[in-house]
Amino acid sequence: MDSYYNPDDLGKFSDMAKDAPELGKAFFEYYGKVFEEGALTEREKSLIALAVAHAVQCPYCIDAYSKDCLEKGSNREQMTEAVHVAVAIRGGASLVHGIQMRNSADKMTF
Amino acid sequence: MATITKIPLFEESLKKSGLFPLKASGISVFQMNLGRLCNQACKHCHVNAGPNRKELMGSEVIESCLLVLEKSDIPVVDITGGAPEMHPEFRTLVERLKKLGRKVMTRCNLTICVEDGYGDIPEFFKKNSVEVVASLPYFKKEETDRTRGEGVFEKSIDALKKFNEIGYGVDGTSLTLNLAYNPTGLYFPPPQSVLEADFKRELGKRYGISFNKLLTMINMPVGRFAEFLERTSNYGSYMEKLAKLYNRSAAGNVMCRNTLSVNWEGDMYDCDFNQMLDIKVNHGAPSHINGFDAELLNDREIMVGLHCYGCTAGSGSSCGGATANG
Repeated sequence: MDSYYNPDDLGKFSDMAKDAPELGKAFFEYYGKVFEEGALTEREKSLIALAVAHAVQCPYCIDAYSKDCLEKGSNREQMTEAVHVAVAIRGGASLVHGIQMRNSADKMTF
Repeated sequence: MATITKIPLFEESLKKSGLFPLKASGISVFQMNLGRLCNQACKHCHVNAGPNRKELMGSEVIESCLLVLEKSDIPVVDITGGAPEMHPEFRTLVERLKKLGRKVMTRCNLTICVEDGYGDIPEFFKKNSVEVVASLPYFKKEETDRTRGEGVFEKSIDALKKFNEIGYGVDGTSLTLNLAYNPTGLYFPPPQSVLEADFKRELGKRYGISFNKLLTMINMPVGRFAEFLERTSNYGSYMEKLAKLYNRSAAGNVMCRNTLSVNWEGDMYDCDFNQMLDIKVNHGAPSHINGFDAELLNDREIMVGLHCYGCTAGSGSSCGGATANG
Protein backbone atom coordinates (compact mmCIF):
# COMPACT_ATOMS: atom_id res chain seq x y z
CA MET A 1 0.00 0.00 0.00
CA ASP A 2 1.50 3.32 -1.11
CA SER A 3 -0.90 5.43 0.86
CA TYR A 4 -3.85 5.11 3.20
CA TYR A 5 -5.78 7.28 0.73
CA ASN A 6 -6.35 6.14 -2.86
CA PRO A 7 -8.44 8.42 -5.16
CA ASP A 8 -10.03 5.36 -6.82
CA ASP A 9 -11.50 4.32 -3.47
CA LEU A 10 -14.01 7.16 -3.66
CA GLY A 11 -15.70 5.29 -6.52
CA LYS A 12 -16.05 2.27 -4.21
CA PHE A 13 -18.03 4.22 -1.61
CA SER A 14 -21.17 2.21 -2.35
CA ASP A 15 -19.26 -1.02 -1.56
CA MET A 16 -19.83 -0.13 2.07
CA ALA A 17 -23.37 -1.45 1.65
CA LYS A 18 -22.14 -4.94 0.79
CA ASP A 19 -21.91 -6.44 4.24
CA ALA A 20 -24.65 -4.33 5.80
CA PRO A 21 -27.13 -3.84 2.97
CA GLU A 22 -30.01 -2.42 5.02
CA LEU A 23 -27.81 0.11 6.76
CA GLY A 24 -26.10 0.92 3.49
CA LYS A 25 -29.40 1.42 1.65
CA ALA A 26 -30.74 3.60 4.44
CA PHE A 27 -27.58 5.69 4.56
CA PHE A 28 -27.29 6.27 0.81
CA GLU A 29 -30.96 7.12 0.46
CA TYR A 30 -30.65 9.57 3.32
CA TYR A 31 -27.45 11.00 1.83
CA GLY A 32 -29.17 11.58 -1.51
CA LYS A 33 -32.17 13.22 0.14
CA VAL A 34 -29.99 15.55 2.21
CA PHE A 35 -28.46 17.07 -0.92
CA GLU A 36 -31.74 17.60 -2.77
CA GLU A 37 -33.05 21.13 -3.16
CA GLY A 38 -35.06 22.09 -0.06
CA ALA A 39 -35.12 25.18 2.10
CA LEU A 40 -31.49 25.44 1.03
CA THR A 41 -30.46 25.28 -2.62
CA GLU A 42 -28.31 22.45 -3.93
CA ARG A 43 -25.55 25.00 -4.41
CA GLU A 44 -25.70 26.14 -0.77
CA LYS A 45 -25.67 22.55 0.45
CA SER A 46 -22.64 21.78 -1.68
CA LEU A 47 -20.76 24.76 -0.22
CA ILE A 48 -21.65 23.61 3.32
CA ALA A 49 -20.40 20.11 2.42
CA LEU A 50 -17.15 21.61 1.15
CA ALA A 51 -16.65 23.53 4.38
CA VAL A 52 -17.43 20.48 6.52
CA ALA A 53 -15.08 18.38 4.36
CA HIS A 54 -12.29 20.74 5.37
CA ALA A 55 -13.33 20.69 9.01
CA VAL A 56 -13.23 16.87 9.08
CA GLN A 57 -10.23 16.90 6.72
CA CYS A 58 -11.61 14.23 4.38
CA PRO A 59 -9.65 14.22 1.10
CA TYR A 60 -12.36 12.21 -0.68
CA CYS A 61 -14.98 14.76 0.29
CA ILE A 62 -12.76 17.72 -0.58
CA ASP A 63 -12.16 16.26 -4.05
CA ALA A 64 -15.83 15.40 -4.60
CA TYR A 65 -17.28 18.66 -3.31
CA SER A 66 -14.74 20.91 -5.01
CA LYS A 67 -16.00 19.51 -8.31
CA ASP A 68 -19.61 19.49 -7.16
CA CYS A 69 -19.43 23.16 -6.09
CA LEU A 70 -18.11 24.13 -9.54
CA GLU A 71 -20.84 22.09 -11.22
CA LYS A 72 -23.46 23.78 -9.07
CA GLY A 73 -22.16 27.17 -10.26
CA SER A 74 -20.01 28.29 -7.34
CA ASN A 75 -16.69 29.93 -8.07
CA ARG A 76 -13.30 29.80 -6.38
CA GLU A 77 -13.94 32.98 -4.43
CA GLN A 78 -17.10 31.54 -2.88
CA MET A 79 -15.46 28.17 -2.28
CA THR A 80 -12.49 29.81 -0.58
CA GLU A 81 -14.85 31.78 1.67
CA ALA A 82 -16.60 28.52 2.58
CA VAL A 83 -13.26 27.01 3.60
CA HIS A 84 -12.61 30.08 5.74
CA VAL A 85 -15.91 29.48 7.50
CA ALA A 86 -14.65 26.01 8.45
CA VAL A 87 -11.31 27.48 9.51
CA ALA A 88 -13.01 30.15 11.62
CA ILE A 89 -15.21 27.62 13.38
CA ARG A 90 -12.31 25.25 14.02
CA GLY A 91 -10.10 28.08 15.23
CA GLY A 92 -12.92 29.67 17.16
CA ALA A 93 -13.75 26.37 18.82
CA SER A 94 -10.22 26.15 20.14
CA LEU A 95 -10.11 29.75 21.17
CA VAL A 96 -13.46 29.73 22.97
CA HIS A 97 -12.18 26.80 25.08
CA GLY A 98 -9.64 29.30 26.30
CA ILE A 99 -12.41 30.55 28.56
CA GLN A 100 -12.28 27.16 30.31
CA MET A 101 -8.55 27.67 30.68
CA ARG A 102 -9.21 31.07 32.21
CA ASN A 103 -11.90 29.67 34.51
CA SER A 104 -9.54 26.90 35.70
CA ALA A 105 -6.73 29.34 36.17
CA ASP A 106 -9.05 31.66 38.13
CA LYS A 107 -9.90 28.81 40.48
CA MET A 108 -6.27 27.97 41.08
CA THR A 109 -4.85 31.40 41.57
CA PHE A 110 -5.35 34.44 43.82
CA MET B 1 -5.16 7.74 -26.47
CA ALA B 2 -6.13 6.08 -23.17
CA THR B 3 -8.09 2.85 -23.38
CA ILE B 4 -11.63 3.08 -22.07
CA THR B 5 -13.15 -0.24 -21.18
CA LYS B 6 -15.93 0.67 -18.81
CA ILE B 7 -18.32 2.47 -21.14
CA PRO B 8 -20.72 1.06 -23.72
CA LEU B 9 -20.53 2.05 -27.37
CA PHE B 10 -22.71 5.08 -28.06
CA GLU B 11 -24.73 2.98 -30.49
CA GLU B 12 -25.61 0.59 -27.64
CA SER B 13 -26.93 3.44 -25.49
CA LEU B 14 -28.99 4.66 -28.45
CA LYS B 15 -30.39 1.15 -28.96
CA LYS B 16 -31.39 0.88 -25.30
CA SER B 17 -33.31 4.13 -25.56
CA GLY B 18 -34.93 3.23 -28.88
CA LEU B 19 -33.05 5.88 -30.86
CA PHE B 20 -30.88 3.69 -33.05
CA PRO B 21 -30.21 4.33 -35.85
CA LEU B 22 -30.08 8.04 -35.06
CA LYS B 23 -31.60 9.84 -38.03
CA ALA B 24 -31.69 13.45 -39.12
CA SER B 25 -35.08 15.12 -39.29
CA GLY B 26 -34.41 17.66 -42.02
CA ILE B 27 -31.87 20.48 -42.02
CA SER B 28 -32.85 23.69 -40.29
CA VAL B 29 -29.34 24.90 -39.48
CA PHE B 30 -26.61 25.11 -42.11
CA GLN B 31 -23.36 25.56 -40.24
CA MET B 32 -20.40 26.97 -42.11
CA ASN B 33 -17.01 26.65 -40.46
CA LEU B 34 -14.92 29.24 -42.29
CA GLY B 35 -11.62 27.91 -40.99
CA ARG B 36 -9.29 27.65 -38.08
CA LEU B 37 -7.70 31.08 -38.06
CA CYS B 38 -8.38 32.86 -34.76
CA ASN B 39 -6.86 35.70 -32.75
CA GLN B 40 -7.08 33.50 -29.64
CA ALA B 41 -5.92 29.97 -28.71
CA CYS B 42 -8.32 28.82 -25.98
CA LYS B 43 -7.61 25.78 -23.84
CA HIS B 44 -11.04 24.23 -24.37
CA CYS B 45 -11.14 24.82 -28.16
CA HIS B 46 -12.24 21.69 -30.02
CA VAL B 47 -11.12 23.25 -33.31
CA ASN B 48 -7.48 23.78 -32.25
CA ALA B 49 -7.90 27.24 -33.72
CA GLY B 50 -5.22 29.88 -33.35
CA PRO B 51 -3.38 32.81 -34.93
CA ASN B 52 -1.04 30.59 -36.94
CA ARG B 53 -3.65 28.37 -38.57
CA LYS B 54 -3.87 28.72 -42.35
CA GLU B 55 -7.03 26.74 -43.13
CA LEU B 56 -9.65 29.08 -44.61
CA MET B 57 -12.72 28.30 -46.70
CA GLY B 58 -12.02 29.00 -50.37
CA SER B 59 -14.21 31.14 -52.64
CA GLU B 60 -15.39 28.09 -54.63
CA VAL B 61 -16.66 26.39 -51.47
CA ILE B 62 -18.43 29.58 -50.39
CA GLU B 63 -20.09 29.79 -53.81
CA SER B 64 -21.16 26.15 -53.58
CA CYS B 65 -22.69 26.77 -50.14
CA LEU B 66 -24.56 29.82 -51.42
CA LEU B 67 -25.84 27.84 -54.38
CA VAL B 68 -27.13 25.09 -52.10
CA LEU B 69 -28.82 27.65 -49.87
CA GLU B 70 -30.35 29.43 -52.85
CA LYS B 71 -31.97 26.18 -53.96
CA SER B 72 -33.12 25.14 -50.50
CA ASP B 73 -35.32 26.58 -47.79
CA ILE B 74 -32.89 26.01 -44.91
CA PRO B 75 -33.82 28.93 -42.63
CA VAL B 76 -30.72 29.45 -40.47
CA VAL B 77 -27.05 29.81 -41.33
CA ASP B 78 -24.66 29.48 -38.39
CA ILE B 79 -21.20 30.87 -39.16
CA THR B 80 -18.31 29.68 -37.04
CA GLY B 81 -14.55 29.20 -37.07
CA GLY B 82 -11.92 30.04 -35.66
CA ALA B 83 -12.82 33.66 -35.56
CA PRO B 84 -15.01 33.79 -38.68
CA GLU B 85 -14.70 37.59 -38.86
CA MET B 86 -11.03 37.13 -39.85
CA HIS B 87 -12.02 35.39 -43.09
CA PRO B 88 -11.49 37.91 -45.91
CA GLU B 89 -14.89 37.13 -47.45
CA PHE B 90 -16.83 37.07 -44.17
CA ARG B 91 -18.64 40.36 -44.68
CA THR B 92 -19.70 39.72 -48.25
CA LEU B 93 -20.86 36.25 -47.23
CA VAL B 94 -23.09 37.68 -44.50
CA GLU B 95 -24.53 40.29 -46.86
CA ARG B 96 -25.30 37.69 -49.50
CA LEU B 97 -26.93 35.40 -46.95
CA LYS B 98 -29.16 38.24 -45.82
CA LYS B 99 -30.11 38.90 -49.44
CA LEU B 100 -31.17 35.26 -49.60
CA GLY B 101 -33.46 36.02 -46.66
CA ARG B 102 -31.74 33.70 -44.22
CA LYS B 103 -31.38 34.20 -40.51
CA VAL B 104 -27.66 34.55 -39.90
CA MET B 105 -26.06 33.77 -36.59
CA THR B 106 -22.37 33.93 -35.87
CA ARG B 107 -20.04 32.70 -33.18
CA CYS B 108 -18.02 35.66 -31.93
CA ASN B 109 -15.11 35.42 -29.50
CA LEU B 110 -15.66 39.11 -28.53
CA THR B 111 -11.98 40.08 -28.44
CA ILE B 112 -11.92 40.28 -32.24
CA CYS B 113 -14.21 43.33 -31.93
CA VAL B 114 -11.46 45.32 -30.23
CA GLU B 115 -8.67 44.27 -32.59
CA ASP B 116 -7.39 46.68 -35.26
CA GLY B 117 -9.53 46.51 -38.38
CA TYR B 118 -12.49 44.84 -36.69
CA GLY B 119 -13.80 47.62 -34.44
CA ASP B 120 -16.87 48.12 -36.60
CA ILE B 121 -17.94 44.47 -36.42
CA PRO B 122 -20.78 45.13 -33.93
CA GLU B 123 -22.20 47.83 -36.24
CA PHE B 124 -21.82 45.52 -39.23
CA PHE B 125 -23.74 42.81 -37.38
CA LYS B 126 -26.47 45.28 -36.48
CA LYS B 127 -26.79 46.46 -40.07
CA ASN B 128 -27.32 42.87 -41.18
CA SER B 129 -29.46 41.78 -38.19
CA VAL B 130 -26.95 39.07 -37.33
CA GLU B 131 -27.67 37.06 -34.18
CA VAL B 132 -24.53 36.95 -32.06
CA VAL B 133 -23.41 34.05 -29.87
CA ALA B 134 -20.45 35.38 -27.91
CA SER B 135 -18.06 33.27 -25.87
CA LEU B 136 -17.51 34.24 -22.26
CA PRO B 137 -16.28 31.50 -19.89
CA TYR B 138 -17.18 33.42 -16.74
CA PHE B 139 -18.16 36.79 -15.33
CA LYS B 140 -14.82 37.07 -13.56
CA LYS B 141 -11.38 37.87 -14.93
CA GLU B 142 -9.43 35.04 -13.29
CA GLU B 143 -11.54 32.19 -14.68
CA THR B 144 -11.88 33.78 -18.13
CA ASP B 145 -8.21 34.58 -18.60
CA ARG B 146 -7.18 31.13 -17.36
CA THR B 147 -9.11 29.58 -20.25
CA ARG B 148 -8.71 32.13 -22.99
CA GLY B 149 -5.47 33.94 -22.23
CA GLU B 150 -4.27 36.95 -20.27
CA GLY B 151 -6.19 40.14 -20.97
CA VAL B 152 -9.10 38.43 -22.72
CA PHE B 153 -11.62 39.25 -20.01
CA GLU B 154 -11.12 43.00 -20.16
CA LYS B 155 -11.31 43.01 -23.95
CA SER B 156 -14.45 40.87 -23.81
CA ILE B 157 -16.10 43.29 -21.40
CA ASP B 158 -15.20 46.22 -23.68
CA ALA B 159 -16.72 44.37 -26.65
CA LEU B 160 -19.90 43.50 -24.74
CA LYS B 161 -20.32 47.16 -23.81
CA LYS B 162 -20.01 48.05 -27.50
CA PHE B 163 -22.74 45.56 -28.37
CA ASN B 164 -25.00 46.91 -25.62
CA GLU B 165 -24.42 50.51 -26.71
CA ILE B 166 -25.88 49.78 -30.15
CA GLY B 167 -28.81 47.80 -28.78
CA TYR B 168 -27.62 44.18 -28.74
CA GLY B 169 -28.88 42.21 -25.73
CA VAL B 170 -30.98 45.15 -24.58
CA ASP B 171 -34.69 44.92 -23.74
CA GLY B 172 -36.92 46.36 -26.40
CA THR B 173 -34.65 45.61 -29.36
CA SER B 174 -34.65 42.60 -31.65
CA LEU B 175 -30.85 42.38 -31.67
CA THR B 176 -29.95 39.09 -30.03
CA LEU B 177 -26.78 38.73 -28.00
CA ASN B 178 -26.43 35.31 -26.40
CA LEU B 179 -23.45 34.26 -24.35
CA ALA B 180 -21.83 30.84 -24.59
CA TYR B 181 -20.36 29.29 -21.45
CA ASN B 182 -17.91 26.42 -21.24
CA PRO B 183 -16.62 25.17 -17.88
CA THR B 184 -13.09 26.34 -17.20
CA GLY B 185 -11.84 22.79 -16.66
CA LEU B 186 -12.81 19.17 -16.12
CA TYR B 187 -16.17 19.70 -14.52
CA PHE B 188 -19.62 19.89 -16.13
CA PRO B 189 -21.68 23.05 -16.56
CA PRO B 190 -24.05 24.10 -13.78
CA PRO B 191 -27.76 24.14 -14.70
CA GLN B 192 -28.23 26.66 -17.52
CA SER B 193 -31.01 28.66 -15.87
CA VAL B 194 -29.13 28.94 -12.57
CA LEU B 195 -25.92 30.10 -14.22
CA GLU B 196 -27.76 32.48 -16.53
CA ALA B 197 -29.23 34.21 -13.47
CA ASP B 198 -25.71 34.53 -11.99
CA PHE B 199 -24.26 35.93 -15.21
CA LYS B 200 -27.09 38.43 -15.60
CA ARG B 201 -26.86 39.59 -12.01
CA GLU B 202 -23.05 39.83 -11.88
CA LEU B 203 -22.41 41.30 -15.34
CA GLY B 204 -25.18 43.81 -14.69
CA LYS B 205 -23.94 44.76 -11.23
CA ARG B 206 -20.24 44.87 -12.06
CA TYR B 207 -20.23 46.29 -15.57
CA GLY B 208 -23.79 47.32 -16.47
CA ILE B 209 -23.83 44.65 -19.20
CA SER B 210 -26.98 42.88 -20.38
CA PHE B 211 -27.55 39.96 -22.75
CA ASN B 212 -30.37 37.68 -23.86
CA LYS B 213 -29.60 34.07 -23.02
CA LEU B 214 -26.72 32.09 -21.59
CA LEU B 215 -26.00 28.86 -23.47
CA THR B 216 -24.13 26.30 -21.37
CA MET B 217 -21.97 23.79 -23.20
CA ILE B 218 -20.09 20.73 -22.03
CA ASN B 219 -16.41 20.68 -22.93
CA MET B 220 -16.23 18.07 -25.68
CA PRO B 221 -13.50 15.43 -25.56
CA VAL B 222 -12.23 16.64 -28.93
CA GLY B 223 -9.29 18.79 -30.07
CA ARG B 224 -7.35 20.83 -27.52
CA PHE B 225 -9.59 19.79 -24.63
CA ALA B 226 -9.06 16.09 -25.46
CA GLU B 227 -5.31 16.72 -25.42
CA PHE B 228 -5.69 18.33 -21.99
CA LEU B 229 -7.62 15.28 -20.74
CA GLU B 230 -4.89 12.99 -22.02
CA ARG B 231 -2.08 15.09 -20.61
CA THR B 232 -3.64 15.14 -17.15
CA SER B 233 -4.64 11.43 -17.26
CA ASN B 234 -8.30 12.34 -17.00
CA TYR B 235 -9.54 11.12 -20.38
CA GLY B 236 -10.94 7.82 -19.09
CA SER B 237 -12.68 9.22 -16.03
CA TYR B 238 -14.16 12.14 -18.02
CA MET B 239 -15.54 9.79 -20.68
CA GLU B 240 -16.91 7.45 -18.03
CA LYS B 241 -18.72 10.31 -16.35
CA LEU B 242 -20.16 11.50 -19.69
CA ALA B 243 -21.44 7.99 -20.42
CA LYS B 244 -22.82 7.50 -16.91
CA LEU B 245 -24.90 10.66 -17.29
CA TYR B 246 -26.39 9.62 -20.65
CA ASN B 247 -29.86 11.16 -20.85
CA ARG B 248 -32.37 9.78 -23.35
CA SER B 249 -34.16 13.08 -23.60
CA ALA B 250 -30.92 14.91 -24.49
CA ALA B 251 -30.08 12.15 -26.98
CA GLY B 252 -33.39 12.70 -28.73
CA ASN B 253 -32.65 16.42 -29.05
CA VAL B 254 -29.05 16.32 -30.29
CA MET B 255 -28.26 19.15 -32.69
CA CYS B 256 -26.97 16.86 -35.46
CA ARG B 257 -30.58 15.85 -36.14
CA ASN B 258 -31.31 19.26 -37.64
CA THR B 259 -27.85 20.60 -38.47
CA LEU B 260 -25.47 20.13 -41.35
CA SER B 261 -21.90 21.29 -40.83
CA VAL B 262 -19.60 22.24 -43.72
CA ASN B 263 -15.86 22.65 -43.28
CA TRP B 264 -13.42 24.95 -45.04
CA GLU B 265 -12.83 22.37 -47.77
CA GLY B 266 -16.53 21.82 -48.46
CA ASP B 267 -16.74 18.46 -46.71
CA MET B 268 -20.02 17.84 -44.91
CA TYR B 269 -20.42 16.56 -41.36
CA ASP B 270 -23.26 15.88 -38.96
CA CYS B 271 -21.81 18.41 -36.50
CA ASP B 272 -18.80 20.60 -35.82
CA PHE B 273 -17.29 17.94 -33.53
CA ASN B 274 -17.46 15.23 -36.19
CA GLN B 275 -15.84 17.82 -38.42
CA MET B 276 -12.86 18.11 -36.09
CA LEU B 277 -12.60 14.31 -35.91
CA ASP B 278 -13.04 14.11 -39.71
CA ILE B 279 -16.02 11.75 -39.47
CA LYS B 280 -17.85 12.80 -42.62
CA VAL B 281 -21.54 12.34 -43.39
CA ASN B 282 -21.98 8.77 -44.61
CA HIS B 283 -24.47 5.88 -44.71
CA GLY B 284 -25.08 6.61 -48.37
CA ALA B 285 -25.50 10.39 -48.08
CA PRO B 286 -23.12 12.66 -49.99
CA SER B 287 -20.18 14.01 -48.03
CA HIS B 288 -19.15 17.07 -50.08
CA ILE B 289 -21.08 20.26 -50.70
CA ASN B 290 -20.75 19.79 -54.46
CA GLY B 291 -22.82 16.62 -54.16
CA PHE B 292 -25.48 18.15 -51.87
CA ASP B 293 -28.72 16.21 -52.18
CA ALA B 294 -31.47 17.37 -49.84
CA GLU B 295 -33.47 14.17 -50.22
CA LEU B 296 -30.55 11.98 -49.14
CA LEU B 297 -29.37 14.33 -46.42
CA ASN B 298 -32.69 15.18 -44.78
CA ASP B 299 -33.15 11.76 -43.22
CA ARG B 300 -29.56 10.57 -43.26
CA GLU B 301 -28.25 8.31 -40.55
CA ILE B 302 -25.99 10.25 -38.21
CA MET B 303 -22.39 9.13 -37.75
CA VAL B 304 -21.79 8.54 -34.05
CA GLY B 305 -18.88 7.75 -31.73
CA LEU B 306 -17.94 7.84 -28.07
CA HIS B 307 -17.51 11.63 -28.21
CA CYS B 308 -21.29 11.89 -28.78
CA TYR B 309 -21.75 11.24 -25.06
CA GLY B 310 -20.63 14.87 -24.70
CA CYS B 311 -23.94 16.02 -26.18
CA THR B 312 -26.15 13.59 -24.26
CA ALA B 313 -24.84 13.87 -20.69
CA GLY B 314 -27.09 15.39 -18.03
CA SER B 315 -28.91 18.41 -19.40
CA GLY B 316 -27.32 17.81 -22.79
CA SER B 317 -25.15 20.15 -24.81
CA SER B 318 -25.26 21.70 -28.23
CA CYS B 319 -24.23 24.84 -30.08
CA GLY B 320 -27.54 26.17 -28.74
CA GLY B 321 -26.79 25.24 -25.14
CA ALA B 322 -28.54 22.65 -22.95
CA THR B 323 -31.05 20.41 -24.72
CA ALA B 324 -32.92 18.71 -21.88
CA ASN B 325 -33.75 18.83 -18.23
CA GLY B 326 -31.00 17.10 -16.28
